[in-house]
Amino acid sequence: MIAKTSVYQESALSRLRKSAAFGRQHIAGYLFISPWLIGFFLLTLWPIVRSFYLSFTEYSLLEDPSWVGLSNYEEIFLRDEIFKQSLKVTFTFVLFSVPLKLLFSLMVAMLLNRSIRGINVYRTAIYFPSLIGGSIAVSVLWRNMFDLKGYVNHVLGWFGIQGVGWLSNPDTSLATLVLLNAWQFGSTMVIFLAGLKQIPQDLYESASVDGANPLRKFFHITLPMLSPVMFFNLVLGVIGSFQMFTSAFIITKGGPANSTYMYALFLFEKAFKHYQMGYASALAWILLIIIAVLTALNFLVSKYWVYYESEGGRANG
Amino acid sequence: MRTQRSKNLVSQLVLPVMSFLMLYPVFWWIGASLKKNSEMGSPSIWPEEPMWENFTKGWFISADYNFTTFYANTLMMEFFNVLGGVVTSALVAYGFARLNFKFRGFWFSILLLTLMLPGQVTIIPQYIFYNNLGLVNSYIPLILPHFLGGGAFFIFLLVQFIRGIPRELDEAAKIDGASVYGIFLRIIFPLVKPALVTVAIFTFIWSWDDFFGQVLYLSSIEKYTVSLGLRMFVDQFEVQWGQLLAMSLLSVLPSVIVFFLAQKHFVEGIATTGIKG
Repeated sequence: MIAKTSVYQESALSRLRKSAAFGRQHIAGYLFISPWLIGFFLLTLWPIVRSFYLSFTEYSLLEDPSWVGLSNYEEIFLRDEIFKQSLKVTFTFVLFSVPLKLLFSLMVAMLLNRSIRGINVYRTAIYFPSLIGGSIAVSVLWRNMFDLKGYVNHVLGWFGIQGVGWLSNPDTSLATLVLLNAWQFGSTMVIFLAGLKQIPQDLYESASVDGANPLRKFFHITLPMLSPVMFFNLVLGVIGSFQMFTSAFIITKGGPANSTYMYALFLFEKAFKHYQMGYASALAWILLIIIAVLTALNFLVSKYWVYYESEGGRANG
Repeated sequence: MRTQRSKNLVSQLVLPVMSFLMLYPVFWWIGASLKKNSEMGSPSIWPEEPMWENFTKGWFISADYNFTTFYANTLMMEFFNVLGGVVTSALVAYGFARLNFKFRGFWFSILLLTLMLPGQVTIIPQYIFYNNLGLVNSYIPLILPHFLGGGAFFIFLLVQFIRGIPRELDEAAKIDGASVYGIFLRIIFPLVKPALVTVAIFTFIWSWDDFFGQVLYLSSIEKYTVSLGLRMFVDQFEVQWGQLLAMSLLSVLPSVIVFFLAQKHFVEGIATTGIKG
């Protein structure tokens, strides 16, 4: 997915003309990207370095940070039971919600990728929950619907199923959040849809001529052609799910019995409720390393299943 | 023939049923915003006796504060966010897509890497930074990033888009004596407008939903945004569900309106920028 910066071809003549203006272009180039560059140093690079330093300190905002060496990390890995719990919860969440969301959104994107009457209405209807998904409003809605006396149990009652308090029961609370996350599959789906639209139709047509059935077409054309998009969604999905915050914060507050105590929530409370900035920085660095390792793994494994047209011999479509 | 039949099945059954299922919670929500607390679990969508006062009572949440303030605050913040995001992301994207400068490739890879950086790593030092400058409990920490390129995702989107604009246009303008600044203002900026609409929409919706940032940086009630106003209901001893759902329904309206005004940009805006290997 990460763009291989396309080297643009230019004629020798224009290259010559360019070299005169090259010096000015350096300055102009840096001028144009300066907003981002300033932001990068001020709000990204410096904070990362600072956060690494803070993770070896004790710091409550009131006094200066005091150096404690590795003791934050020791505490986290050896003694902090909540750390283990939040890690377990978060991994479980990622493990279930990412594949579920990918699968579901691919399926829906394929359903929506056809030109029939009213398709725009369906697209809008299906995208709609994602449009409002990140907002606190939806968290509130779910909290109410999945209550013991809430709407969901009423409907289950019609089928003779005795519902539980979905969010107040430690066995079902995390699954309910996974479901909520999957309900908002819209942006993943839109990216799949954009990918599907770019698959050249003639591939399907020539496959039909060769007598391929829909299943074969799916596995031999759609999936390979879509694999870069799938990879993009997978990487961002994993990264995003690890940072899941709002629904745990608003709906369950991590409970019951810490069953939905997501890592991001744990970190937030350490930092901004207990003001243990050093400890929370150590947690942030552990999260960074986990995400970096998983992303690197994703990239490594991608060689075996992601298919790039430009490498496959076809001209870039 | 077989595929024809399966097509009909999909369009006449699967899609309608699915749309209905997806939207059902929303329908329920609309009905529930008019219900009494005691009626919340009832399966009927429409309440026996609609409580329109959920909307008025919810709006004037306390004697001192009401949602007029919260909406005004949020819209003010949104104005700057969208303005900053649209202008600076276009500038930066033009630099990356068209100008040749030392270490361009390096900086561009860094830009893409930041897409994957979890915000938790930077949030604590950022908070300390703003705290030292006395900027906590102001909108600056929420607005400033939008004036610094508006986010790596948007820059990437626009770079892809600008790469699709024929270079001949730049060359022609250059022959006419236009500088790189002139080319940006007169050629690229007007052509990139459709993609900028996408940037504006997403900036608007994401800022509206950015609960984490707002909860962190805004602490006094007179500065609250709509999301924080909603949270005031949740923190009450006995949650007034009807009022809460009524106000949350209103809170998603701006995003919904923006969505419908620029609906086709959602799919096409992304499709044309070509998110692909």
